[in-house]
Amino acid sequence: MNNLKSRLAKEKRFKLYGIASITLALFLLTLLFVSIFSQGYTAFQETKIQLNINFDEKIIDPTKTKDWEIIKKSNFNLLIKNSISELFPEVSGRSKKRKLKKIISNSAEYQLRDYVKNNIEVIGTNQKIWVLADDDVDMLIKGHINRALPENERRIDNDELKWIKFLESKKLIKKFFNKTFFTSGDSSESEQSGILGAFIGSLFALSITLILSFPIGIATAIYLEEFAPKNNKLIDFVEVNINNLAAVPSIIFGLLGLAIFLNFFGMPRSVPLVGGMVLSLMTLPTIIISSRAALKSVPPSIKEGALGVGASKIQAVFHHVVPVALPGMMTGTIIGLAQALGESAPLLIIGMVAFIVDIPQTMTDPATALPIQIYLWADTPERGFVERTSAAIMVLLVFLIFMNSAAVYLRKKFEKDIG
Amino acid sequence: MNITTILIIIGLLGVSAYYTGIRKSLVLREERLLHSTPVYHGAILAVNSSLASILFIIIWIFLEKNIFLELSSSRYILFIISILIFILTAVITFKKIKHEFKARDKLEKIIELFLLACSTLAVLVTIGIVLSVIFESNKFFSAVPISDFLFGTHWSPQMPIREDQVGSTGAFGAVPLFTGTFLIAFIAMCIAGPIGLMSAIYLSEYASKKVRDIVKPLTEILAGIPTVVYGFFAVIVVAPFIRNAGQHFGLEIASESALAAGLVMGVMIIPFVSSISDDVINAVPQNLKNGSLGLGATKSETIKKVIIPAALPGIIGGLLLAVSRAIGETMIVVMAAGMSANLTANPFEAVTTVTVQIVVLLVGDQEFDSPKTLSAFALGLVLFCVTLILNYIALHIVRKYREQYE
Repeated sequence: MNNLKSRLAKEKRFKLYGIASITLALFLLTLLFVSIFSQGYTAFQETKIQLNINFDEKIIDPTKTKDWEIIKKSNFNLLIKNSISELFPEVSGRSKKRKLKKIISNSAEYQLRDYVKNNIEVIGTNQKIWVLADDDVDMLIKGHINRALPENERRIDNDELKWIKFLESKKLIKKFFNKTFFTSGDSSESEQSGILGAFIGSLFALSITLILSFPIGIATAIYLEEFAPKNNKLIDFVEVNINNLAAVPSIIFGLLGLAIFLNFFGMPRSVPLVGGMVLSLMTLPTIIISSRAALKSVPPSIKEGALGVGASKIQAVFHHVVPVALPGMMTGTIIGLAQALGESAPLLIIGMVAFIVDIPQTMTDPATALPIQIYLWADTPERGFVERTSAAIMVLLVFLIFMNSAAVYLRKKFEKDIG
Repeated sequence: MNITTILIIIGLLGVSAYYTGIRKSLVLREERLLHSTPVYHGAILAVNSSLASILFIIIWIFLEKNIFLELSSSRYILFIISILIFILTAVITFKKIKHEFKARDKLEKIIELFLLACSTLAVLVTIGIVLSVIFESNKFFSAVPISDFLFGTHWSPQMPIREDQVGSTGAFGAVPLFTGTFLIAFIAMCIAGPIGLMSAIYLSEYASKKVRDIVKPLTEILAGIPTVVYGFFAVIVVAPFIRNAGQHFGLEIASESALAAGLVMGVMIIPFVSSISDDVINAVPQNLKNGSLGLGATKSETIKKVIIPAALPGIIGGLLLAVSRAIGETMIVVMAAGMSANLTANPFEAVTTVTVQIVVLLVGDQEFDSPKTLSAFALGLVLFCVTLILNYIALHIVRKYREQYE
């Protein structure tokens, strides 16, 4: 027999292994959150530059009719160019001027056009307008580009740095809350890209998933738990099937969607409708399994009471058992939907991965989804997109946390109800 | 005339049928009581007729898609016939409404059939998966022999664009993909196995209730994080860290190494292993533990000599489920493991996996007659079979184990 001392030392060590592994798991969780947050929190701000724009009648409304059809074709870029040359009169030469223009995002001319469309009376006046800065300038202002580096190692060269310093000294460059990020679709320029398109895509797909999988899922659960004949080979087969489907890799559901929905039924590619259908097949087992658990935990006395006073089986189940089990079933549904929201592999296979600038209007417009947008941006090495990837992840996580808290709340309520 | 409009019109007709049924049975009830309440008479009228016409529409569309393609321009005929069917069924059912008519029994039968139909959907999905995967891979195997696919060691699915093009004839030996998949899954299990198991043991045997109530939900957060987030984490934090560490020790590590993908996948699987282990450890009867503790064994000795051997089948089942999860995981490897099919056991090199290749082959333009696209389905078939077998064994072991102690 070993002596007691070494046995107790072993005991202590074993316990330490346990603590170490939990600490490691929690450390990795924290590291994940911290790294994503530290990469991404700056994306919630955007850098803008104030320009004093002269809405010259000669340029944008030569006919003086204030006719939008003519105005919209005019050269708003020229307005920006004029305004910048006024600000930096010392800059000369074509290439320098072009470089100077580049510190402003190329979305600025569309911003001015929309501004004029909404305020037609500004023609002929001077207005101070904040326009988006280019993504490199944005990165510099947010401190992601080190100003102390030698010129050839940073994306902003000395000229540009000098101009930005001038703008800073005049307080003409400032950070604002990043509205663009929440109100626009994807773009090849990081300062103009946003998550609204992907968000709407996810919303469409998830609503299809909810509409399909919630009724079918709980109907299946009710049948298997309350009506199915016991010890029936066929029903056993259905049950084994559902348990297996729950563990089938999600990408296989993508293959199913591609072969059946797209090739066989000829549905369109890249649309949230098909995405939602594939996701609903994937979440169905989750909903069925948890709904069955909820039904099983309803005390049998409730059903027996109803049957005892002469209700039919359907009435007993639908009027008495299901209402009690409903919060529990909803818990499972929300957890299934949260899974579907974070899922990307099957959507990749059915083609919901594309560069889509427009915000989808209907279920059958090509769209991406939030996790796909994250995947697409993560592929882009530019620092501006790294920042937006992290920010999109944060938005996704906020939704997931919200959904899971709702699930926890409903579960607590359910447990209290069946007490 | 589109389908949505037809369905809306049928819905409206259904509502009016419902009220017609109620009105007739209310009139009948003036004489004496009916078998079923008026609500059921209304409902059976509405449900019967709308079901009949919706069934007709479904059959029509199915035929239209497969046989009479030229009919698709004549949607208005579909519209008229479906309305006629609705009215016909409604009239027949309406005539049936009498005092003795068992409307409730009929309706309940329909509801039960509906529930049954819903529960067969899961089976249909499985059949759909099996059929679609087998059908497409069958086409693939007629172009590439199955033995070349399963045992070939060279994977380069680029097909020649022109007939006379030199060099790329396409090679579909999937062995490098299988080894890559297993290498990454192995690394993941090396992380998730010990950490998941030890944290489950600590939480169920040592930790106070308070600690458990806080720590358990926290570790389960790991399971709720989308895999694309793990992929990003692997690319932006873990891979650079490993590369720098490797440089420090003079090792050459690819920026898309199997190690980075495997490590992050391991982190993802930790809660999976720990929650299953937790379940099976808690299922070990208390008197087994008490017996060992009563003989003077320390807690760790009890765990090592009594609890773990007793819970071993369950733990192995849980680990197998985790392996199947690791094999089928897609986004982490797509983002962190790379595309090049190297036949290597070196975790510092870039490898590719079955799931990565499925994504690579199917994203973008596809032609469904080229072996390149079809090979994705063959890979899917292998993936489906392997995970199915693993899941089946695992669930079987876990269930057997539970019965043992019940």
